[in-house]
Amino acid sequence: MSDTAAISPPREAGFGDYVALLKPRVMSLVVFTALAGLVVAPGALHPMLGFAAILFIALGAGASGALNMWWDADIDAVMRRTARRPVPGGLVTPAEARDIGVGLSLLSVAMLYLATNWVAAALLAFTIFFYAVIYTMWLKRWTPQNIVIGGAAGAFPPVIGWAAATGGIAPEAVWMFALIFLWTPPHFWALALFMKDDYSRAGVPMLTVTHGRAETRRQIWLYTLVLAAAALGIGFSGIGGPVYLAVAALLNARFVWHGWKLKRRSEAEAEADGYAAEKRFFRLSLSYLFLHFLAMMAQAWLVRAGLPGGW
Amino acid sequence: MGLNREHELHGRRRGRNLGVAVALGAFVLIVFGITIAKLSNGQMIEGFDHALRPSLLPQEEAR
Repeated sequence: MSDTAAISPPREAGFGDYVALLKPRVMSLVVFTALAGLVVAPGALHPMLGFAAILFIALGAGASGALNMWWDADIDAVMRRTARRPVPGGLVTPAEARDIGVGLSLLSVAMLYLATNWVAAALLAFTIFFYAVIYTMWLKRWTPQNIVIGGAAGAFPPVIGWAAATGGIAPEAVWMFALIFLWTPPHFWALALFMKDDYSRAGVPMLTVTHGRAETRRQIWLYTLVLAAAALGIGFSGIGGPVYLAVAALLNARFVWHGWKLKRRSEAEAEADGYAAEKRFFRLSLSYLFLHFLAMMAQAWLVRAGLPGGW
Repeated sequence: MGLNREHELHGRRRGRNLGVAVALGAFVLIVFGITIAKLSNGQMIEGFDHALRPSLLPQEEAR
């Protein structure tokens, strides 16, 4: 054979390819929400222990990401959005991804226990199990409710942050869990609307594939309403206050308005403008979550500084 | 052609090795930091090896 390029193996993986296994973008959201849980919780944790707690919660989330990439390599290979991930790209072998995932899971849980307490460590272990086994191995390929139930995995980080600071769980931590849990379905369904054929080609039973795009738009709208109710409800809880409530009112009015616009759109309209509204809603959902947690932290700092701000 | 010719692959391996070294170094620093934080949170350590510890003696004798 004269054409050596045709048989040359893919390039050898660099350090960045192993970092990509840990889904750094998802980790950034985990870091931020876990920090929020840690900051708004009563009681003070030594800054070094707080830093270590956030780091190992993020590492645990990264480990579950690596396990997800190991198990889902076949799906990732046929989806445009994920085809260039390290495993389907041939840079990292599935076995390597699995071993890194298992190794970092054990390390992150053990280190979180040593740095903080067993409640936080047990919650982190459960979160990794929930994402890697319940969501990735079971729900994702089986039911259109995959995103709804699987969203619980992403909702745990602020609860773990809270547990790291207090050694337990309180209703306020459950409120933060609810915020991310209810936010996940509209966020991912908006993505599924404009990633069009990806999920159907991969055989993943997303709502857009099983129940149609019109129903998905209706469900996004319904979840947006429930989410708004929960987000505003937090304003009257122990971690809420006037500052949070004012921010939440603005954010939710905007989110509900854009959710309504998505519901009213037909597929023809969406295709005509290249799914502009769906993409805008997806981006908006990211800032929506970020600003809610930022407002919660600002509220907690105001109260701690002795300034008027709490209820 | 010399045997020590630099290839793109060598750079990639060096990067990988450097990444692992930095990660391990950071891990050591974090464990050290956690240790210091934990120790400073608790009671002071009593360095009374092979000797009577004043805190274990009855109040009278300790004086």
